[in-house]
Amino acid sequence: MDTIFAVASARGSAGVAVIRVSGPDAFEACRQCAGDVPDRRVASLRVLRGPDGGRIDEALVLTFSENRSFTGEHVVEFHVHGSPAVMSAVLERLSVIPGLRVAEPGEFTRRAMENGQMNLAQVEGLADLIGAETEAQRRQATRVLAGDLGRRADEWREALVRAAALLEVTIDFVDEDVPVDVTPEVIGLIDVVRGSLRSEISNVDYAERIRVGFEVAIVGAPNVGKSTLLNRLAGREAAITSSVAGTTRDVIEVRMDIEGLPVTLLDTAGLRTGGEEVEAIGIERARDRADKADLRVFLTEGGAPPLLEPRPSDIVRKCKGDLFPGRSASVSGLTGEGVDQLLSEIADKLGAQSAETGLATRTRHAQAMRAGVEALDAAMVCLACGATETELAAEEVRRGVRALDSLVGRVDVEAVLDEIFSSFCLGK
Amino acid sequence: MKQDFDVVIIGGGHAGAEAAHAAARLGVATALVTLERDGIGVMSCNPAIGGLGKGHLVREIDALDGVMGKAADASGIQFRLLNRRKGPAVQGPRTQADRHIYRKYMLSRTDGQPNLEIIEGEVADFIIDGGCVRGVILADGFRISARSVVLTTGTFLRGVIHIGDVSRPGGRMGDKPSVRLAERIDDFGLSLGRLKTGTPPRLDGRSIDWSGLEMQEPDVDPVMFSFLSEAPTCQQVSCGITHTNPRTHDIIKSNLERSAMYGGRIDGAGPRYCPSIEDKVVRFGDKEAHQIFLEPESLSDSVIYPNGISTSLPVEVQEEYVRSISGLEDASILQPGYAIEYDFVDPRALDSCLAVKGIPGLLLAGQINGTTGYEEAAAQGLVAGLNAALSAVGRDVITFSRCNSYIGVMIDDLVTRGVSEPYRMFTSRAEFRLSLRADNADQRLTPLGIEIGCVSERRKAAFEEKMDRLEAARRILESESYSANALADLGLKVSKDGSRRNGLELLSMPQVGFQEIIALNPGWSVIDQDSRLQLEREALYASYIERQKRDVAGLQRDESQVIPEEFDYAAVTGLSNELKEKLKQTRPGNLGQAGRIDGMTPAALTLILSRIRQGKHKDSA
Repeated sequence: MDTIFAVASARGSAGVAVIRVSGPDAFEACRQCAGDVPDRRVASLRVLRGPDGGRIDEALVLTFSENRSFTGEHVVEFHVHGSPAVMSAVLERLSVIPGLRVAEPGEFTRRAMENGQMNLAQVEGLADLIGAETEAQRRQATRVLAGDLGRRADEWREALVRAAALLEVTIDFVDEDVPVDVTPEVIGLIDVVRGSLRSEISNVDYAERIRVGFEVAIVGAPNVGKSTLLNRLAGREAAITSSVAGTTRDVIEVRMDIEGLPVTLLDTAGLRTGGEEVEAIGIERARDRADKADLRVFLTEGGAPPLLEPRPSDIVRKCKGDLFPGRSASVSGLTGEGVDQLLSEIADKLGAQSAETGLATRTRHAQAMRAGVEALDAAMVCLACGATETELAAEEVRRGVRALDSLVGRVDVEAVLDEIFSSFCLGK
Repeated sequence: MKQDFDVVIIGGGHAGAEAAHAAARLGVATALVTLERDGIGVMSCNPAIGGLGKGHLVREIDALDGVMGKAADASGIQFRLLNRRKGPAVQGPRTQADRHIYRKYMLSRTDGQPNLEIIEGEVADFIIDGGCVRGVILADGFRISARSVVLTTGTFLRGVIHIGDVSRPGGRMGDKPSVRLAERIDDFGLSLGRLKTGTPPRLDGRSIDWSGLEMQEPDVDPVMFSFLSEAPTCQQVSCGITHTNPRTHDIIKSNLERSAMYGGRIDGAGPRYCPSIEDKVVRFGDKEAHQIFLEPESLSDSVIYPNGISTSLPVEVQEEYVRSISGLEDASILQPGYAIEYDFVDPRALDSCLAVKGIPGLLLAGQINGTTGYEEAAAQGLVAGLNAALSAVGRDVITFSRCNSYIGVMIDDLVTRGVSEPYRMFTSRAEFRLSLRADNADQRLTPLGIEIGCVSERRKAAFEEKMDRLEAARRILESESYSANALADLGLKVSKDGSRRNGLELLSMPQVGFQEIIALNPGWSVIDQDSRLQLEREALYASYIERQKRDVAGLQRDESQVIPEEFDYAAVTGLSNELKEKLKQTRPGNLGQAGRIDGMTPAALTLILSRIRQGKHKDSA
């Protein structure tokens, strides 16, 4: 059984963040980070240190013994300062301890359930979690995988599937017309992936400032009052408003704090087809940013605006509530009507999403890449021994692919067989 | 004639025969209903057994005392261990079989098997009682009652044979398709799909010029399938190897539209790993030659199976392209190649026992479930036969796991993922390939067979004797250990971490075998050859298997969490509609299977688990 860890405190940036570790190696992890394992259920002040002895943070450490904890396993909680840099450093520190890995969403609850520690509230939380998880995956797909890392991950996937296919074809189709020695090509493929992973890992520096805030985009057709709403929410004239449709051309950002969550509000160009060139560019940008945002607030006069469909988790409000008193689910930037409800709904939606924050994703990726390199190193050793260890090389490549699946996606045997059947003429 | 049985098997092919034997070995009254006795154990395609993955399946069948391995050993005429130069985990035994000897062996074993009766007849209908299948009705109206029925009709469901532009109904060359039965199966509302497969023309060996051909010899030290067999009983022969050439390809290309497959007369999906020669020429157009193995079908006749040129071209085109090939210039075709299309049942309708969900008493095995190959069919037959018998007498059913067998891998793939082309076993499908080896199939499965009672006294005794010998050998090796310095003196490089290494640990080091460790400790030479070989194989993978233990434990944990058949996914709030649909369609039998459904997330699994737990609370309250 792996030992798992994750940020357990519910919402974004706060004074204190709780990082929970659960599993057979939890106390060992505590000893390595905090120097010792404090008495059970006694809050103890400890300095958390990195593998090199460098100080990370001063933290309150709580330990719980088996059967007397949230999950029923050995549990350690680190109450650390709530800054992104500290949380990131602690997660990073934990991820290099053998046997530890970032928890999957819902995994603490599952362990609690299996150990008979389940309570109803935990189970009810799961349904929300799945929604948030789906959202998190989507965001990860659009944000992480749209960038450089995404392009590289695609290349890794392609190369590793090819390497696996080459090894497997010499195993499963040995009595057919296939190349006898695929070692040089496999070595070439693995070497490239390994080098690329290594350079990526060296870029993962826990002190690096990372974005942990949420982006909320206000979207809608032109002239529904998006900028007026933004100004109301921000409490100042951040965006130019006028009654002329298409006034906002570029994306306007306003940073603010909504019920303790760091939020960047985005005012975007009204979505419509047509319009002149500069506006068209603005609309394209608006669409792009809104698509990648964590949450979209749609202002409508009825139907949805063209070019973008609200997702189930998005907020939809009728615009200009001041002009149509009594309209349900409406908001007015001009009078402030419905603004408080809107803010609290934004906070609720984002709170649910913070289950899988950028921090966890980053730690997971870093850990995945290190495990991937380790497996590929081992594969290279097997490959150097020649055909007698093909099945061991294949096993290591498979392990490497599995380690990287949070980045490259799940590669199952069908993907490998597809590559085999499209590259080799089989069927004696 | 007896009319009342515990288990009825429909079909006497490889799935049916193995199912009938398995049920009978468990001591229940079993009937095998087949169109004709002489059809039992017929090899309708290439007469070869085993290979990569497939050989593993045969060893597993044998470990549970099934018949296929023994039949292959009795009829093998060219034993070859594939991947001999690679590690034992990916070595697969294979043999060319004499099709007549194989069939006769199967028939005589089936005739001689206690509790098993062969009934000749065509099954036209099922006896259904309160929604349960309780027997079969033959075309002549004869009724046979049973507690469980195993359906193994292969390619006979709405089978259509194509040779060029001629097509006609047929389950196999010369046999009738099962149309009436197909209509009865429609009534069950099972989801059906269509697949195709092909065969090459059969050649007369006397018309082949073997003189210029490369020959593939049988192994000098043949490796048998059955753990109880010692050596081949048939004469061992060679296969010839020849190749297609650009002229062959031109002939095929210029006649493509006359091929049943390329003329658009076949809709079913064919196997990508066994394409027709038309497919090869089109898809790999830049390849100038395709390899053909000329495999003898029997010692007693001259029929040659040219492996690699299956086709659905018209007979005269087959003749023309065959004669363009080196060595086959004067070859005469004894039986033209043909393609066959047939219905299969989406195996996601089955549970891990191969029983149809929602229709108690009915099990399906073999090609009807979308697989291809004798070995895949027989392995399913074994599972269905055992479970039909166990459930007929009210005993606990038996299921196989991805971590204990290739059988488990195959059944799990079938019932959770369904098929899109005829399903064939490959070693790459087994994620725990290093521990699921052909050499340890008995260690993995025979204890299970002894426990449920499907294993003969002879096999039990042989197995236990072998295990005792292995255990004694392990104890001897563990009893003495050596320091790093002592090992270094003997030229063995080990890290000087202060720990001592015993004999087993030494064996797991690279490049260290019995020869090396006996030089260290001559006392270890008392260990017999077979045990040495087995311990070396185990030691080779020991560290990998140790590392996989956690994965295995996780899988077993998930698989032990059974999802009740009537589980209501619609009532689980929080699951996406897409996921609910997939779950409803597949109806996974346990949490492990649910986890392998596309798009499933850990949190969704936890949610399902919590629902199951809540249900249990209510039941016990």
